[in-house]
Amino acid sequence: MELKHIRFVINGEPCELRVPPWRTLLEMIREDLKLTGAKEACGQGECGACTVIMGGKSVNSCLVPAVEADGQEILTIEGLARGDELHPLQEAFVEHAGMQCGFCTPGMIMSAKFLLDTNGRPDTAQIKDGIAGNFCRCTGYTKIVESISAAAEALKGGR
Amino acid sequence: MAISYKRLPKFDYVKPIDMQDALDLLGRSEKGKAILYAGGTDVIPKIKTRSISAPDVLIDLKGLPGLDGISYDDQKGLTIGALASIYSVAHSPVVRARFPLIAQAASTIASTQIQNRGTIVGNICNAVPSADSAPALLCLGAEAVCISRTGERHIGLRDFFTGPGRTALEADELVTEIRIPPLSGKGVYHKLSPRSRMDLAVVGVAVFVDTGNGEFKDVRIGLGAVSPTPMRALGAEAVLKGERIGDQVIQEAARKASKEASPIDDHRASAEYRRLMVEVLVKRALKQVALN
Repeated sequence: MELKHIRFVINGEPCELRVPPWRTLLEMIREDLKLTGAKEACGQGECGACTVIMGGKSVNSCLVPAVEADGQEILTIEGLARGDELHPLQEAFVEHAGMQCGFCTPGMIMSAKFLLDTNGRPDTAQIKDGIAGNFCRCTGYTKIVESISAAAEALKGGR
Repeated sequence: MAISYKRLPKFDYVKPIDMQDALDLLGRSEKGKAILYAGGTDVIPKIKTRSISAPDVLIDLKGLPGLDGISYDDQKGLTIGALASIYSVAHSPVVRARFPLIAQAASTIASTQIQNRGTIVGNICNAVPSADSAPALLCLGAEAVCISRTGERHIGLRDFFTGPGRTALEADELVTEIRIPPLSGKGVYHKLSPRSRMDLAVVGVAVFVDTGNGEFKDVRIGLGAVSPTPMRALGAEAVLKGERIGDQVIQEAARKASKEASPIDDHRASAEYRRLMVEVLVKRALKQVALN
């Protein structure tokens, strides 16, 4: 079985790889690209720890065949900050204690980014709905919702 | 407890850009050796848990043209293409205008991440009894347009589901779109589950009614997760059709619906609880659409 040659853009950088057909996007991101922000927890698309943004949409990368990255733009948590300047979502999570152990955080923030990209002024119910696919065992979600709400405020200037 | 492997078994991957090629490959392959997928949110987990055996090849449908549309015309009604994602259906202005019940039901499925990848057609083809899009589509008389190398056929959704996880599709057939004929009325889908989105429905109830002059002109009631396949509660519908809208007749219909269901005990709920909740939710849904 031959490897598939794929070309894609990851966090703004062009990239080329040869991947076997059975590789998942999550495995490629973590093991080939060494971007270990996205996490494998359930591996079944149930927990959201592996959430990245591909083609502008938040996806569970544990369920996406890596070959599908071909021709796509992929954004991971590592791609949010601009140099030393954190993204407003990251700033808000720091300010409002949206993390404890941090394991769910990369996926949570990527889901929040997709939410805010599609709805710049979500109310609490819409935020909870937007992160329904991201589980946190530590925080009880309250601070996460507050962080996302604060980020929405900060982003009114646009970014 | 089910074992789930984190690593997928080995298989090949193809992404045909021509429907004929896709159908030929499907038709040539031994049953189960070529597996179709669009979003992969059911197929990939099933391969990981080994509940379906590793295919020789995974056929990615997303290269096929003309399958991702959502459109409406007064003749055919609403058409949802095989590649239309659950998210796009839930947010489609066309679906929200013509059949808001479908958009609402779609919005209850899993998470945003799953909805961005998964498709309504995939939800139907996976055919779990609790499929959230099924009760609504059954209420609306939807049909699946299916093709193979030998031709095309239309299967009404009531004949499409043949058992838990089983459909009337032949091994060499695929669904290109779902069609919902024009129909007037109002509907709602109630999904009973511990967590609103990520859990499967313990009980799913969709109702669609057309009322006028204080009467039920037409009533459809779809039930999910309470029988081997998603079903219509035809007896309950008959109780209401032509009757004046009122609490008592709604109560009677709800009770009838709960008797028509044939739920099982499982780790999510007992059959007894499901039966009780069918009555509660049918009553709630009917009141919501008929008494407003």
